[in-house]
Amino acid sequence: MELTYEWTSAFAKSFGLIYLMVLSLGITVYAFWPSLGKRFDRAAKSVLDDEEGPCR
Amino acid sequence: MMTRLTVAERQSAMFISGLVAVAGFAMAVAGHGDPMGAHGWITLLFAATLFFLAGEALYHDEPTEDRSAEYYDDPTKAGILISLAWAVIGMGMGVWVAAQLAWPDLRFDAAWSSFGRLRPVHTSGVIFGFGGNALIATSFHVMQRTSRARLAGHVSPWFVLLGFNLFCIIAASGYLMGVTQSKEYAEPEWYADLWLVVVWVVYFVLYVRTLARRNEPHIYVANWYYMAFILVVAILHIVNNLAVPASFGAAKSYSAFAGVQDAMTQWWYGHNAVAFFLTAGFLGMLYYYLPKRAERPIYSYRLSILSFWGIVFFYIWAGSHHLHYTALPQWAQTLGMTFSVMLLVPSWASAGNALMTLNGAWDKVRTDATLRFMMMAAVFYGLSTFEGSFMAVRAVNSLSHYTDWTVGHVHAGAMGWVALITFGSIYTVVPLLWRRETMYSWKLVEWHFWLALAGTVIYIFAMWNSGITQGLMWRTYTESGTLAYSFLETMLAMYPYYVARVIGGSLFLVGAILAAFNVVMTIRNVGYRAPQIDYPTASEAGEPAIPAAE
Repeated sequence: MELTYEWTSAFAKSFGLIYLMVLSLGITVYAFWPSLGKRFDRAAKSVLDDEEGPCR
Repeated sequence: MMTRLTVAERQSAMFISGLVAVAGFAMAVAGHGDPMGAHGWITLLFAATLFFLAGEALYHDEPTEDRSAEYYDDPTKAGILISLAWAVIGMGMGVWVAAQLAWPDLRFDAAWSSFGRLRPVHTSGVIFGFGGNALIATSFHVMQRTSRARLAGHVSPWFVLLGFNLFCIIAASGYLMGVTQSKEYAEPEWYADLWLVVVWVVYFVLYVRTLARRNEPHIYVANWYYMAFILVVAILHIVNNLAVPASFGAAKSYSAFAGVQDAMTQWWYGHNAVAFFLTAGFLGMLYYYLPKRAERPIYSYRLSILSFWGIVFFYIWAGSHHLHYTALPQWAQTLGMTFSVMLLVPSWASAGNALMTLNGAWDKVRTDATLRFMMMAAVFYGLSTFEGSFMAVRAVNSLSHYTDWTVGHVHAGAMGWVALITFGSIYTVVPLLWRRETMYSWKLVEWHFWLALAGTVIYIFAMWNSGITQGLMWRTYTESGTLAYSFLETMLAMYPYYVARVIGGSLFLVGAILAAFNVVMTIRNVGYRAPQIDYPTASEAGEPAIPAAE
């Protein structure tokens, strides 16, 4: 297989496109998944109260 | 600090530094008569000092306190101090090279003090010395707090910190001797590069092992940024530095790539050094220390996740915008340009997220210079990412490339964003780390803030003026189609701006010296504060912090 411009561009326009679209959709779904809201809120607040020492 | 290690840990520290000392001696012998030999002696001296420090500790008793009851902060403390020392060295070098451009006689006719050798000392000194040490130190602090777990190991954090500094010393001393592989931000030669790979792999393993011990269900977003910084910098460093040494006894190697492939690999590395060294890691700082200092959780945690993945996946494609109008194929240039423009979205999402976090805490921004450092860093982050996307557009680049505008852009990012967020984080973390009531002098923090801001603004305005003047003069033609200005005429036009740059840089340097003084005085002169709960849980905003166990 030769690494030509045509091959690279076809690869970018097919696999590259799909991979970026799927990835961005997946991340958006993850970030806005309703049931994860609580977990994110807790994580956001956790940094405000972490100086008491390690748990282990 | 060595006496806080167990006997077994002191022995393994001796074993490791002994091995490094032997390797240094081997380098000194093999590289006799070459700069590599000098590097061998430096390595030997560095490792032998550590060997005897660890050995001396063997005469002392083992620590008796329960080490698992507290975080392990000694490497963080050392890292913060080393970082401030590099800040003064690196920025001092910057002022010197800036002054050389305005007044070339300041070279004093020595080979080692020529612009080409001092400039990488400045860039590596501030990026790796100041920025890198601050990143390593704060990452140790943040990963422990956000995981509520101790560092996974006592020797490996020291290995990472001191090993990285050995790399920095080898790099800086090598430049002065004329050692370089002529790759921007990747100048050190093959043996330094190999050493950094070892250090970086240990760093990565340490980070992952500490996260694996975490007692929180979710990995806080700051850790993701630090992880991206460590992982991607490892990949970039290894690929860009693939080279064959000319001999095992000399500081000279040949890149595995040639021609335009070499240029593309270098700028894939170079731009992602900006992305993952100077952005991702410092965003990790921002996402931890800004909410901490403002006593408010980040405005939108969801947005921080989205912008994280946006930054990671867009930045990696943006490097080719450094090679507009070169032998690089047009489509590859366009790809870099497109991704650079798209990058504006996650970049501004991060900057906006930081500024929105301060909504409701603006009174604190007014009174607390530490928080103002971080606020201003977010503003400069927004400004310089906009400027970067704009300059990556090919038509704009035709005016800006190779001019001082690029230098101005880099410094808007490096001074305005990277240095301000680092100083804000240092002022936040120093009283916490050393268990002090407050910083030694808040007035000095205030002075530092205004010096840094004035220095940055003077610097970037000078470079905008200089760069655009230069770019326009280069592309002005006479009626007969020849260039209107000679190179020397453009140099004369730039002179006043070069003087202004020296002034701006000097103000910034004075601020960094004040910071180092303030930190040292805090450690020596400020009263102890009880360590049980050193974070105020009663927030002024009326939002009591929620305990970990809900």
